[in-house]
Amino acid sequence: MNSEEYKGVYVFAQQVDNKIDGVALELLGKARSLARDLNTETAAVLLGHDVEKLADKLAAYGADKIIIVDHPELKEYKTEPYTHALAAVINKFKPEIMLVGATAIGRDLGPTVSARVKTGLTADCTQLDIGDFPIKKMANKVQKHNQLLMTRPAFGGNTIATIACPDNRPQMATVRPGVMQKIDKITHPNAEIIKYDPGFEKNNKYVEIMDIVKSISDTVDIMDANILVSGGRGIGGPQNFHVLHQLAEVLGGEVSCSRAVVDAGWKPKDLQVGQTGKTVRPNVYFAIGISGAIQHVAGMEEADIIIAINKDETAPIFEVADYGIVGDYSKIVPMLTEKLGLLSAAEA
Amino acid sequence: MKIVVCIKQVPDTKGGVQFNPDGTLNRGAMLAIMNPDDKAGLEAALRLKDSHGAEVTVLTMGLPKATEVLTEAMAMGADKAILVTDRILGGADTWATSTTLAGALRNLEYDLIITGRQAIDGDTAQVGPQISEHLGIPVISYAQNIDLDGDYIVVQRQFEDRYHVLKAKMPCLITALAELNEPRYMTPGGIFDAQDAEITTFTRDNLIDVDDADLGLKGSPTKIARASDKVRKGSGEQVNLDPEAAVAYILKKLTDKHVI
Repeated sequence: MNSEEYKGVYVFAQQVDNKIDGVALELLGKARSLARDLNTETAAVLLGHDVEKLADKLAAYGADKIIIVDHPELKEYKTEPYTHALAAVINKFKPEIMLVGATAIGRDLGPTVSARVKTGLTADCTQLDIGDFPIKKMANKVQKHNQLLMTRPAFGGNTIATIACPDNRPQMATVRPGVMQKIDKITHPNAEIIKYDPGFEKNNKYVEIMDIVKSISDTVDIMDANILVSGGRGIGGPQNFHVLHQLAEVLGGEVSCSRAVVDAGWKPKDLQVGQTGKTVRPNVYFAIGISGAIQHVAGMEEADIIIAINKDETAPIFEVADYGIVGDYSKIVPMLTEKLGLLSAAEA
Repeated sequence: MKIVVCIKQVPDTKGGVQFNPDGTLNRGAMLAIMNPDDKAGLEAALRLKDSHGAEVTVLTMGLPKATEVLTEAMAMGADKAILVTDRILGGADTWATSTTLAGALRNLEYDLIITGRQAIDGDTAQVGPQISEHLGIPVISYAQNIDLDGDYIVVQRQFEDRYHVLKAKMPCLITALAELNEPRYMTPGGIFDAQDAEITTFTRDNLIDVDDADLGLKGSPTKIARASDKVRKGSGEQVNLDPEAAVAYILKKLTDKHVI
């Protein structure tokens, strides 16, 4: 493989229901800084049906080039036509880096595409840099420059590893939503639009969608909240969550939860923080009745301020909390809500 | 029907993670378990066996110690077990691992291959979809429910805010979520029988349509540049106060940090 042929930092611009997913914009922000380091350009790969009008937004958030594959087969996410389209774009346009959001779509599409184009894929990266591989010069080994260094947690967040993909192109990575920062909107972007049709032919790998069932919850995205009041198993039951909702309301925050709460059926999956849920980085994170398993901590440790309330003074959550209070939340939280309510009433 | 379930032995990172005094992960002190998503995949296969009749084969790649999870799977009700082990396979990334497992699977008849969505040591969720790609069969990831309909499999495929009901013609591959089901326990009889049950061992020579250049560390496109133990944010203050004092404490912190 001649790595020199491969140029540009590409982003899979995930859209669902013809809405660009936030993670695509975050990745474009990162792609811009990587492209600057490499002295190359960024491109967004937009797959879908009737999606052309989404190109403006991608340009505004940093895509120099937008490659659009528009086809009825791409209306809903299906593994095979999406894999076919993205692999075809890679083979034709030869990007040196291909970034994909670590969403339920990206964590399916990334692996199949990487297997099809025969390259490495590093999952759930939390940091991306351009650098040398090996990082330090080694005897008997050529040190390659301008490599994508992909850093990710492993062992449930207990260790971190930095991975390179020195001999195959593109260098592929998935990145969890909420980890990278999107840029401020460019007012008059000037992006090149390229339409590409790789041709679609049905084969045995096409799977039929019989039904699409959307979760009927009007909950807001916990990843956008500045303050999160998060509850765990220690809350004791779904009927007790109103205490957390009241605190969230007075602070202008939202309620989230741990995996145990979702597994018990007390709260829907889209409120779950952690390794198998969402990564959040709010201003303030209240961990209430949450023991703090590493899988949970992996999803919230980047919060600016972590306040933990737990009866068990040995709970691991206290190891990451800035302020840990050993005590009974059912007494503390309502009183806190009341005091905060009085304060805001006094200000009004 | 014939079902192959791919399982992995992993260190138990849930709850009791053990550290050495120097802060590194003490893997020796951690229990080795069957990966939870894989166990749900095995349970799904065993339920299809119970309801429709099926032969269930479990397949793992690893060191000889990994026979422990194969024996456990047979004690739960799997019919056959295969260990893929060879020094050449060491250091494999997901690409090389999926290439290896696909090479092993080409020896077997299957209508359905089930893998876990992801293993708790790597959390990549890549090996299942990559196997399907190597074998040229459809994949349905993130299965939260599995049903049979003649030669077709009907699966609820989970997304963040919805699920799709997908119908695929077998043979196909499904990746299972731990929330798919509650895995059964081993039965005493099952444990007894499993101790004597034969485990087939595959080595490099048994892998079909696979190049040496695509195996193990050498065949892995991704290379580790650096590995380190996570620098954990130090713990902050911990106080044990009566509720009123606790409230005052929180209010002061929120004020100090300009939250309120």
